Amino acid sequence: MKSRVLEIHSETPARSLSAPSGRLMPSIQVNNITVSYTNGVAAVRNASFKLGASTICALVGVNGSGKSTLFKTLMGFLTPSSGDVRIAGLPVNTALKRGLVAYVPQSEDVDWNFPVLVEDVVMMGRYGHMSFLRMPAKSDRQAVDEALERVGMSDYRKRQIGELSGGQKKRVFLARALAQGSEIILLDEPFTGVDVKTESAIIDLLRAMRDDGRLMFVSTHNLGSVPDFCDQVVLFNKTVLAYGPTATTFTEANLAEAFGGLLRHVRLGGSDLHDDADQRRVTVLTDDERPLVLYGERDQEKHIKPDRGGAS
Amino acid sequence: MMLFSAVIDLLLEPFAYQYMTKAIWVSALVGAVCAFLSCYLILKGWALMGDALAHSVVPGVALAYLMGLPYALGAFTSGIIAALGISFVRRLTMLREDAVIGLVFTTFFAIGLLIVSINPTSVNVQSIVLGNILAISDEDVVQVIIIAAISLAILGLKWKDLMLAFFDDSHARSVGLNPWRLRVLFFVLLSACTVAALQTVGAVLVIAMVVTPGATAYLLTDRFGVMIGLAMIIGATTSALGAYLSFFMDGATGGLIVVFQTLVFLAAFVFAPKHGRLAARRAARAFSSEVDAGSREENAVKRSGLEEETTA
Repeated sequence: MKSRVLEIHSETPARSLSAPSGRLMPSIQVNNITVSYTNGVAAVRNASFKLGASTICALVGVNGSGKSTLFKTLMGFLTPSSGDVRIAGLPVNTALKRGLVAYVPQSEDVDWNFPVLVEDVVMMGRYGHMSFLRMPAKSDRQAVDEALERVGMSDYRKRQIGELSGGQKKRVFLARALAQGSEIILLDEPFTGVDVKTESAIIDLLRAMRDDGRLMFVSTHNLGSVPDFCDQVVLFNKTVLAYGPTATTFTEANLAEAFGGLLRHVRLGGSDLHDDADQRRVTVLTDDERPLVLYGERDQEKHIKPDRGGAS
Repeated sequence: MMLFSAVIDLLLEPFAYQYMTKAIWVSALVGAVCAFLSCYLILKGWALMGDALAHSVVPGVALAYLMGLPYALGAFTSGIIAALGISFVRRLTMLREDAVIGLVFTTFFAIGLLIVSINPTSVNVQSIVLGNILAISDEDVVQVIIIAAISLAILGLKWKDLMLAFFDDSHARSVGLNPWRLRVLFFVLLSACTVAALQTVGAVLVIAMVVTPGATAYLLTDRFGVMIGLAMIIGATTSALGAYLSFFMDGATGGLIVVFQTLVFLAAFVFAPKHGRLAARRAARAFSSEVDAGSREENAVKRSGLEEETTA
């Protein structure tokens, strides 16, 4: 694990780590897994990391870095050829059977022409709570109402899902995860095709869910928003390049390794930036999404959080 | 009055024959089950697979008749061999799926026709390829009813699970379902119902039975449950009507059923309240008149502003 220590900017207060009794403590534990495709090519090699409760963790890597393979492994579609994955201390399939993991799919993976209404999709989150006939009880309807209320989509509940905007679509699937009531939520690229306002609304919601004690694992290539809301980062390219608290892990050096020259890199310093001999400099890293901006003296740069919602 | 009662007599004549009432009821039942399955098939883009199955069962049916076995058994076996053959060839070559499906099912169909033509006495080519519900034997009626009843019962219990697995397989896993197993279940049901439909419309037209009712219902609603209900009503009534009218037109049951289904589809295509062509045109007109009204208003404001300026 190569992570250069920087000044810690994000206060990580000791959140209530004691979940209510009877609730399994959310955690994801990946122990030295290798996942191969049927043609023998290993998409993930010797990857290990560990995440606990009350965490938002970003999974950052280029396209084709094996991020989605890792997610598919966590969802039990692929089985590691070596190593193992534990979710809340249980094998993946057991954890899934108990409904411990919710999944928010990437927009491209959803068939938006499917004849289902917004409320139908959110109700799907309750299937694990129903008997095998999947007849919704009053408690299920209530959970759906609450989830829709919380993401602000109650007015759209009778719309067919294809009639929504990009941000609204995302919120519907977040509502489904809420209604499901899972302690662990995997989100696949939640910010693609979403406007700035919805992005900050989603981030607020994720924070609130973290404060409830949940664990959220977010696959993203939106670098700028990572320091904004993630306490942990896993930098990934076929294997775990670095992982740990955002402040110490999400560094220029680690990102350069993870992205291998695929990032736009702008640096301002010296006489371009200052009239005096100030050593501090501005670094902008972007893959054409929201950029990551660092400012400070060499190797002492801190993340700069732009005003959220004020981008327009 | 004499003429009127003569017409009534004529219209009721088919019901005087036991073979006709049998044909009408069996057709309606098969039409309803096939329509149920069609809702899933059209949403997944697997229509070609349905066609392939229908053609692939022909050699099995021919062999079963030759050996005096229940025809459903033979059909089922050859359908499954064809499905396995498709996935086998697909894995071993670089060919695209549609090419492999086309290759395998035509081969099976050809073998079937060959077997039938070598042993013309045991099976009638026409009854397999074009169906012959009016001459269905009592044993075949029993087979069809058993297949349809079991399929309907399973679909009735599992339709929501199947919908979830087809709509979002990651989420299906997260509520503890096994999407792969559900998909296998679906294909088993599809091949079973294809076999049942051979008797009514024949191998060539089965594809219409498992596509058209679902496609029609899709235009009429935004809810999957409603879509299934509508598709079943369409499938059952068109099938019963086709069988009934074939009494007067001497035999072309399959053709009549499919023609009726197409007519219903065309009606939905034009008149469907939300997704029909007329509705689309109405919406476009409403939108353009709204824009017109908007710009008129704007102009009015501008004009009054100008007037104010001049008066000032």
